[in-house]
Amino acid sequence: MNAAVGASRKMTSVPPSEPKGEPLAGLQTRLEVRGLNFYYGSKQALFDVSLIVPIHRVTALIGPSGCGKSTLLRTLNRMHETLKISRLAGKILLDGEDIFRQDVTRLRRRVGMVFQRPNPFPKSIFDNVAYGLRVNGYKGSIAEAVEKSLRRSALWDEVKDSLHKSAYAISGGQQQRLCIARALAVDPEVLLLDEPCSALDPISTAKIEELLFSLRDNCTMVIVTHNMQQAARTSDFTAFMLEGHLVEYQPTEQLFTNPSDPRTEAYITGRFG
Amino acid sequence: MAILTSAEKGPEPVVVPRSFFARMAEGDQVAHAITLTFAASVLLITTLLVVTLWTHSSLPRAKFGWAFFVGMVWDPVAEQFGARPFIYGTLITSAVSLVLAVPLGLGAAIFLAELASPKISDWLTFVVELLAAVPSVIYGLLGIFVVVPFVRTVLAPMLIASLGFLPLFRGPCYGVSFLAAGLVLAIMIVPFIVSVSREVLLAVPRDQREAALALGSTRWESTWKIVVPYALSGILGSVFLALARALGETVAVTMVVGNVPQIQASLLAPGYSIAAVIANEFVEATADIYLQALVELGLVLFLVTFILNGLARILILLTARHRGSPA
Amino acid sequence: MSAWAGSRHRIVRKIISYLMLSLTSLCALAVMGVLLFILGYLVWNGGSSLSLDFFTKLPKPVGETGGGMANAIVGSLKLLLLASCIGIPIGVIGGIYMAEFGGKTATFLVQFTADLLNGVPSIVIGIFAYTVIVLKMKHFSALAGGFALGIMMIPITLRSTEQFLRGVPVALREAAMALGASKWKTIVTVVVPAAYRGILTAILLSLARVAGETAPLLFTAFNNRFWSPGWNQPIASLPVVVYTYALSPYDDWHRQAWACGLVLLGMVLVTNIIARTVLSRGISIPR
Repeated sequence: MNAAVGASRKMTSVPPSEPKGEPLAGLQTRLEVRGLNFYYGSKQALFDVSLIVPIHRVTALIGPSGCGKSTLLRTLNRMHETLKISRLAGKILLDGEDIFRQDVTRLRRRVGMVFQRPNPFPKSIFDNVAYGLRVNGYKGSIAEAVEKSLRRSALWDEVKDSLHKSAYAISGGQQQRLCIARALAVDPEVLLLDEPCSALDPISTAKIEELLFSLRDNCTMVIVTHNMQQAARTSDFTAFMLEGHLVEYQPTEQLFTNPSDPRTEAYITGRFG
Repeated sequence: MAILTSAEKGPEPVVVPRSFFARMAEGDQVAHAITLTFAASVLLITTLLVVTLWTHSSLPRAKFGWAFFVGMVWDPVAEQFGARPFIYGTLITSAVSLVLAVPLGLGAAIFLAELASPKISDWLTFVVELLAAVPSVIYGLLGIFVVVPFVRTVLAPMLIASLGFLPLFRGPCYGVSFLAAGLVLAIMIVPFIVSVSREVLLAVPRDQREAALALGSTRWESTWKIVVPYALSGILGSVFLALARALGETVAVTMVVGNVPQIQASLLAPGYSIAAVIANEFVEATADIYLQALVELGLVLFLVTFILNGLARILILLTARHRGSPA
Repeated sequence: MSAWAGSRHRIVRKIISYLMLSLTSLCALAVMGVLLFILGYLVWNGGSSLSLDFFTKLPKPVGETGGGMANAIVGSLKLLLLASCIGIPIGVIGGIYMAEFGGKTATFLVQFTADLLNGVPSIVIGIFAYTVIVLKMKHFSALAGGFALGIMMIPITLRSTEQFLRGVPVALREAAMALGASKWKTIVTVVVPAAYRGILTAILLSLARVAGETAPLLFTAFNNRFWSPGWNQPIASLPVVVYTYALSPYDDWHRQAWACGLVLLGMVLVTNIIARTVLSRGISIPR
């Protein structure tokens, strides 16, 4: 989907301190970021970012390398805390609750993450998916939950007869779907995906994009992607970031056909990136 | 070299046989030969060592065969050599040392790899590597004057009082014992477990931890359920290395084990070990078969440590390779 | 969510996490504590016996006070000198072979053998030196002791030399060869100097290691209460003196054992610290 270099363009400039992107009427807010400033040691990586992630929709974060989209994603489940030099100012709310006032293990069950390179544990396929269930004290039938999760991630048919094989015995694309199944097993309200297809071949990528589409109905997703076409294909809302700033946040179709910021337009037409 | 133009035909080139010194001046062949000789001497020495051990233990091997390892009596006067008490002592003291050193060492390694900041981790690892450099006789010295009295006056009474119903902890205890030797050995092998385990733990890819944390694990859960299992073969390798060290340790053990060739269930009893008996009796071995029996013990020690070390290296290499690229 | 364990479960997990992680820090502390304890105890018990006499006089008979351990100190140094004559040439030059000339199988064979040698318990090395030298000469000698220690040095120096030589960038070698230097000249004038710090570190570390060995000396160099002239006689050494005196029934000898132990540990630790910090700044030391 190419940006139409149309004569008429909405030139509304959105003041940076207001939450951008009013969700469509009727959509609840799942995650809200308010005035987020993020530092790696003394270097600032995010400048006053504010964003509303609506429920049951896919929100994409795009931008050139180093723009801070992965950094932003990782704050949403407090994964930035694994690096001791990271500092953060601002608020992030999940369903209205400040995530920094919650127990982090509880938060991470509610906000799951899929990583750039598939990273299954050195365990069987079954045990990979079951890990989150066991660790969080799932009281129901683990086998059923594992099957449900593998079905949701469109992997069940391919692995149902070899659940006890090592997770490394399957292909890269299948491993990534396994990681998605693993994340879904704990029934998160939000799923964060950090460039989930960048290490995969086009066919696996297509399968995963289909998968994301099918998950929309009961899962809110935030996806970071380098691939604009992917963002355009899979997301409902897109946020364009540049050098730590949130430049524009619009419903996807609008951002790609009618961007309001010239920088956005420059990026999506490939003038830099 | 004269350059001939194509028009002229110059004189036929004369081949001068190059003198020895001319060849030497270029030297690469000679250098190759010299360095090869030195490298080959390593092979020579090792082969000689194995051969010597074998040939100088022929008498008892001929006389006792496999009974050497099973026999309970070690009586040089009667020329009866049964090595079972020494094998037992070596195994027990090493087992005790592993039981103590592995949790301690693994715990310290986890701390250094997962919790400590890189600076602290490096400093403390430096200290640990210094510990590995402390001569064993120093450990023996502290063994005699600190560990043995400690076992005799504090530890043994405590163990007998609380766990004395177990055959493992029956008195009387004079301090010198399997337990004392196990304690000293434990302190000696902990540095190996810590430094190797720390390295393999650090080598676990970051995104394994992150995946575990992102699923809601606590830090301990991600460490214990994901990182440690990932590095398990390397950790096991470090344990094998430590075990090999413990089995061959001589002076520290003989200074605290009591040097009594007996098999006792109680850890508080004095005992003996293969290396200790060699150290103590080698100089006094008058008869040939006596000396050769001790050499045969040395051969046993050699074989066991060889196998263990080999396994250890394979295991450590396994962690590096097989968990390789998942994608 | 009724399918999930409640907040109490989570709190328990958190407590377990804190507890276990604290335990690991205790483990680390315990390990550090041991070194400090060893040092402290040695200094406390042996420090008072250190005097100029200790370093210059010979031991006195039991019962008489005074005297020193000069012969043990010199003995250890002599043994180290002998050991170096075996351990350094074979290790370094053999390492040069492996890194520069050796083919794949040859290198693997030598490395495998060196690793094998490295794992041999030191007392077995002592047996070997005994059968090869003491039996033939029919008496104990510094030579036999030096030989045993030298063999123990070989694997360390060999492996380190090979690794540090391999670490020298190919670009450096090619620059020399492009200027017309032959292979061996390149090695001697460019490659070895580039790797010398690492090799020197390894030599120091291996010296420190064998300096503390007791077992291989027990029936090779044996012991000597007096000076040991030449190389053919039994010779005293610090580790053996510590061993013998510690096992004796005399309190005065125990005191001297502490002092010797302190000197030995001091030498070994200082060498290690120097080798690992000053000398090897920026290079990583292989196991």
